[in-house]
Amino acid sequence: MLRGDARGRVPDWGGGHSGRSGRRRRRPCCRGDAGLSICRGFQTEKDSLRSLTVSTMIHSLFLINSSGDIFLEKHWKSVVSRSVCDYFFEAQERATEAENVPPVIPTPHHYLLSVYRHKIFFVAVIQTEVPPLFVIEFLHRVVDTFQDYFGVCSEPVIKDNVVVVYEVLEEMLDNGFPLATESNILKELIKPPTILRTVVNTITGSTNVGDQLPTGQLSVVPWRRTGVKYTNNEAYFDVIEEIDAIIDKSGSTITAEIQGVIDACVKLTGMPDLTLSFMNPRLLDDVSFHPCVRFKRWESERILSFIPPDGNFRLLSYHVSAQNLVAIPVYVKHNISFRDSSSLGRFEITVGPKQTMGKTIEGVTVTSQMPRGVLNMSLTPSQGTHTFDPVTKMLSWDVGKINPQKLPSLKGTMSLQAGASKPDENPTINLQFKIQQLAISGLKVNRLDMYGEKYKPFKGIKYMTKAGKFQVRT
Amino acid sequence: MSSNSFAYNEQSGGGEATELGQEATSTISPSGAFGLFSSDMKKNEDLKQMLESNKDSAKLDAMKRIVGMIAKGKNASELFPAVVKNVASKNIEIKKLVYVYLVRYAEEQQDLALLSISTFQRALKDPNQLIRASALRVLSSIRVPIIVPIMMLAIKEASADLSPYVRKNAAHAIQKLYSLDPEQKEMLIEIIEKLLKDKSTLVAGSVVMAFEEVCPDRIDLIHKNYRKLCNLLVDVEEWGQVVIIHMLTRYARTQFVSPWRQGDVLEDNEKDFYDSDEEQKEKADKRKRPYAMDPDHRLLIRNTKPLLQSRNAAVVMAVAQLYWHIAPKSEAGIISKSLVRLLRSSREVQYIVLQNIATMSIQRKGMFEPYLKSFYVRSTDATMIKILKLEILTNLANEANISTLLREFQTYVKSQDKQFAAATIQTIGRCATSITEVSDTCLNGLVCLLSNRDEIVVAESVVVIKKLLQMQPMQHGEIIKHMAKLLDSITVPVARASILWLIGENCERVPKIAPDVLRKTAKSFTSEDDLVKLQILNLGAKLYLTNSKQTKLLTQYILNLGKYDQNYDIRDRTRFIRQLIVPNEKSGALSKYAKKIFLAQKPAPLLESPFKDRDHFQLGTLSHTLNTKATGYLELSNWPEVAPDPSVRNVEVIELAKEWTPAGKAKKENPDKKFYSESEEEEDSSESSSDSESESGSESGEDEEDDRSGDSAEDSGESGSEPEAGKGRAATRSRARGRGDSKDVDKEKENSKTSESSSGESSSIEESSSDSESESESESESESRKVTKEKEKKTKQERNPLTKDVSLLDLDDFNLVSTPVALPTPALSPSLIADLEGLNLSATSSVISVSTPVFVPGKTHVLLHRMSGKGLAAHYFFPRQPCIFGDKMVSVQITLNNTTDQKIENIHVGGKKLPMGMQMHVFNPIESLEPAGSITVSMGIDFCDSTQTASFQLCTKDDCFSVNIQPPVGELLLPVAMSEKDFKKEQGMLSGMNETSTTIIAAPQNFASSVILQKIVNVANVGVVPSGQDNIHRYEELKFQAL
Repeated sequence: MLRGDARGRVPDWGGGHSGRSGRRRRRPCCRGDAGLSICRGFQTEKDSLRSLTVSTMIHSLFLINSSGDIFLEKHWKSVVSRSVCDYFFEAQERATEAENVPPVIPTPHHYLLSVYRHKIFFVAVIQTEVPPLFVIEFLHRVVDTFQDYFGVCSEPVIKDNVVVVYEVLEEMLDNGFPLATESNILKELIKPPTILRTVVNTITGSTNVGDQLPTGQLSVVPWRRTGVKYTNNEAYFDVIEEIDAIIDKSGSTITAEIQGVIDACVKLTGMPDLTLSFMNPRLLDDVSFHPCVRFKRWESERILSFIPPDGNFRLLSYHVSAQNLVAIPVYVKHNISFRDSSSLGRFEITVGPKQTMGKTIEGVTVTSQMPRGVLNMSLTPSQGTHTFDPVTKMLSWDVGKINPQKLPSLKGTMSLQAGASKPDENPTINLQFKIQQLAISGLKVNRLDMYGEKYKPFKGIKYMTKAGKFQVRT
Repeated sequence: MSSNSFAYNEQSGGGEATELGQEATSTISPSGAFGLFSSDMKKNEDLKQMLESNKDSAKLDAMKRIVGMIAKGKNASELFPAVVKNVASKNIEIKKLVYVYLVRYAEEQQDLALLSISTFQRALKDPNQLIRASALRVLSSIRVPIIVPIMMLAIKEASADLSPYVRKNAAHAIQKLYSLDPEQKEMLIEIIEKLLKDKSTLVAGSVVMAFEEVCPDRIDLIHKNYRKLCNLLVDVEEWGQVVIIHMLTRYARTQFVSPWRQGDVLEDNEKDFYDSDEEQKEKADKRKRPYAMDPDHRLLIRNTKPLLQSRNAAVVMAVAQLYWHIAPKSEAGIISKSLVRLLRSSREVQYIVLQNIATMSIQRKGMFEPYLKSFYVRSTDATMIKILKLEILTNLANEANISTLLREFQTYVKSQDKQFAAATIQTIGRCATSITEVSDTCLNGLVCLLSNRDEIVVAESVVVIKKLLQMQPMQHGEIIKHMAKLLDSITVPVARASILWLIGENCERVPKIAPDVLRKTAKSFTSEDDLVKLQILNLGAKLYLTNSKQTKLLTQYILNLGKYDQNYDIRDRTRFIRQLIVPNEKSGALSKYAKKIFLAQKPAPLLESPFKDRDHFQLGTLSHTLNTKATGYLELSNWPEVAPDPSVRNVEVIELAKEWTPAGKAKKENPDKKFYSESEEEEDSSESSSDSESESGSESGEDEEDDRSGDSAEDSGESGSEPEAGKGRAATRSRARGRGDSKDVDKEKENSKTSESSSGESSSIEESSSDSESESESESESESRKVTKEKEKKTKQERNPLTKDVSLLDLDDFNLVSTPVALPTPALSPSLIADLEGLNLSATSSVISVSTPVFVPGKTHVLLHRMSGKGLAAHYFFPRQPCIFGDKMVSVQITLNNTTDQKIENIHVGGKKLPMGMQMHVFNPIESLEPAGSITVSMGIDFCDSTQTASFQLCTKDDCFSVNIQPPVGELLLPVAMSEKDFKKEQGMLSGMNETSTTIIAAPQNFASSVILQKIVNVANVGVVPSGQDNIHRYEELKFQAL
């Protein structure tokens, strides 16, 4: 990292200073670094290297925790030295926050593409041109797979299951190109560790590795494994809608839209063929499907027809067309003021229901990033609990349910840094809430039918509305 | 380190308690560096022992720990000899872990790695396709140059494997071998060429990937596979889709002419897109405008559209860039909605997508204007996302929305994220320059910001105001005065420098303030930043030239300070200025022009988007993201002025067949003839009479059939109900339907018989087509094209008479299902014919060539009895033709009879009750059936290799009847043509899996080969393998599901 600092300034030095140019010449060699125009010999070496190691999409993968330790590495071709991650650490240091580390970092010989999830950086090393989203989307799929396999995706869990992780990664990618990324297929190739299986394996000496090619890989339905059997056949669908909104100071809506998903948990025996139809499919403006959904059928009849994968999956995500006015189910009354003269500020917010279609609003939490000048806050809530972190300046108030008769409020004072001028911006309030049994867009599932199997499944549909990115500017 | 070993222990899960016990004590107890080192050594010894033990569990434990070491990046190479011994382990998990180890270390231990090769070679012949595939994977991953020939051989064999999974792995292995030894390129290209013809969706993505890496410039290999790839695209797995779309984008840019013409946008309004393609075609024809899109170009654009709905962001982005780069500008609009949708996903995806939108929004504002609000910034966004959104908002700003945007910007300016606030100020500056109506408002707003409490905001405002003032050489004395006052409070160097520069430039406009400012800064000169010092020097020089009376001394004082400054840049500048402005005997003529030099009119800086120059990179690529050319970036070529010959995408199977048939017949048909004549004698001797006629008829019939099966293969992903412009079928053919109604089963038999007789031909067609390819490779392309065209003409002539008589009867089985397509206009017909020909490829070029049935039994089954059907009777039988609706379907022909004395109207298939996985392609509803009339229709049913019953309802206008079709096992098969040798090979691979053997006792008179054949083909749709021995008969079949 220290070396890196110097590196950035190399080209600044003028040509006349012999002492400096000597240093400069050495640097590219010791670090394999930039400045190709200076070092001709270096250029040719690079070219020959290129013709030899023709690319593969993803060369290597490094898992880096938040404290900057590489705790897992996997190479799909020749080993790439760990030191390539130094460039990443450099960028990480520059970014101060993990959120701001650029997803694509160029280094002289490689490109580092990373995703940050569960406090782990998944850094893929690639060597040549590749669509960056290809790599990023794949890395996300890797994380999803780990989550699916181990329940949580965290450093200790990955370390504990390093063999399974390795086996899974081996199957997911061949020569840097994705091979099997469908969770259903992977689980047939490598069985996820369960306590029972671990015990059984120890006793019988059997393994986690499947010895047969998953039939799905070859059949028409590559996302579903064959031979699924359940005693209770169930299919549950959750219609979850999120409201993304920005509400301005005066309470009027600047922008609001509804994004929805239908998450399914299908545990059905055999090869069921399901159709799901809506009462008002026209609401759906833009949709994206799980690969199992038959696109043509949707185009012509607006019916979702599909052979579901086994287990949990996201059937559909949709966007409700912008023409429909979005009903905003809550309002926030706020009075936050700083006075120039005093070192105290007033803080008061009230949350109330609005257009809820008679449903109660639950799980309300209010968070707000207070300005740096705020030292502490002394507040009293009418219900729920609140915390203020004087270091991060994050105020959060766990409200719970909103009772329309007695609106929850949070009142009190803020103490400001003495002598500091008043902050010129009032904090933005972020809101979270849930409304059960309501899809705010009015979307309704008409019916769910099953073909292809003889039994009668248990079907269930649940609606829920949540706050997505719901912000109130004050 | 000790914690590491602890982790291993935990992870190995108490498999071998005793060993673990030792392990734990030995590793945890020692402390200090030396202790750790020794324990490490000891542990490796342990591992060796465990690997050499004869218990699988111990080996497995050892391997798991070794993999743990590899994952941690520790060196485990010294265990190589011990590990490599286990490569042949029976335990599949040990084997897998050994593979992992081998791939990691083989490069370092090449000699020892060779020990494992024979194991893989053996595994390559394993009956289990999973084992074959993984052996190939590991073998090709061992980067040891010595085994290149072995790898080559393995890849060659695997590329012809029956299992598409193995072929997929072969495609991956090509890239690995190429990177190991680029010398092999030519041979590898041959394999790629072969695999490109593969019909399996599993293979398509991988082979295109190999193509992109090995020979991206061999665009000629794509021509013949272009249509197939377009049609398969929807069914390819998502990662393959991305690669194929990117490749096809490049392809399209070299093969088609630009759809972006002047006036194109005006003519093609948005609505056009939503019209069906057919309509559009018609319109295009009516207009007779000079540009008509190549149907292949249209095919690509149409077939990628559904993928915008993919859940995979990479696929959506790939389609978006395809539309951006090759679709007519009027149609590119549909991608914006999908791209905006992607903004809901993770930070990283947002980052890339926003970058691409930023580039697009510069060129075509209109595309994203409706989604303006989607780019509003939230306080929770990461800074890089915020800045990208801001960039897009700026690009989208226009007179109509600027007031809304400016209000939004006001909020942003106050943001706690100061980097973002600063970016917003720059944005306001850009808006002010691009939209002149608001420039004054913006300037005033920025001036207000000068009194902001935050220094970064003020500094940025100063910089932006400076740029704005420079662009508008008007009187802004007030603002300058205001800024001069700010100099006392602002500490940010850039801002101070900017103010000083501004005052210097306008020193004649603020004659009172300027010298005062110089006086103040002279005092603080030594403590200023270098940037500010330079500007102080500049200001001094300018004032010296304009107002030397007041400032002469001050300037000299500053120059003196500068002379002894630590920074050599400042010393340089001081020396330069002194020489230039202070006249002395040494200074030459230049000092006369000093004023002109210093106070020249400076060009205003251009405030433009940092994304302005990115559009020369292909969107969605790494190079675009980085804004530099990444290694291996393939330039997107410009549209050609004149389109290269579109006929290269046609596959001239028919014409070439003509030319080659004599040879083919002589070689192949003789044994067949004999065989047929025998069986014919047995069954029906009258048939030979129509030999010559049916010969030619069957030929064309077969051609059509091939077309259709090609169609169906390509259609398999679609429901097939949509009219496809590219696949025009002459309406005359579908009209012939009516005549064919009266046709009885005998005739049916005859037709299929005759088509059988040309089975030898079909193989010769294949041969010739492959020949022609090699030909075109060696010869110059243009020449072969010429030949093609001539042939095309010939066949067209020959075709016409044929379609009139015999072939009509042959064809009509397929016609009812053919989608209603208007008679193609004459202008288009050549390309349509070309299309039909192009479609042939997929049927003939597959690795396994399906042959025509040897025999079609005429047995019909009752579907619906006339008594129970209220006068509607239905019979079905299996024509043993490759089904046109999908290659997994069995075609079923249903003959419907009206036995009532009234018309039966609207006969159609109602509700289907199919077992899981089973699929059915129904016939098109029949409007009416005259009394005593009959009609034959075709259906396709995918029985999923089972003999389960397909139940569905046959409905008329008034009634519904439940009916069932249950297939005999023999009808689920499909005959393939292969040599005896191949057959034996494939049989070897399948052994054990699908084997049943029984002994059949037969009477001696039944022991003639013809009798046995007759019996067998009667019950099962199989083909005959030419056999060298008399008493062994081989029949092949292709299970529908297995492939």
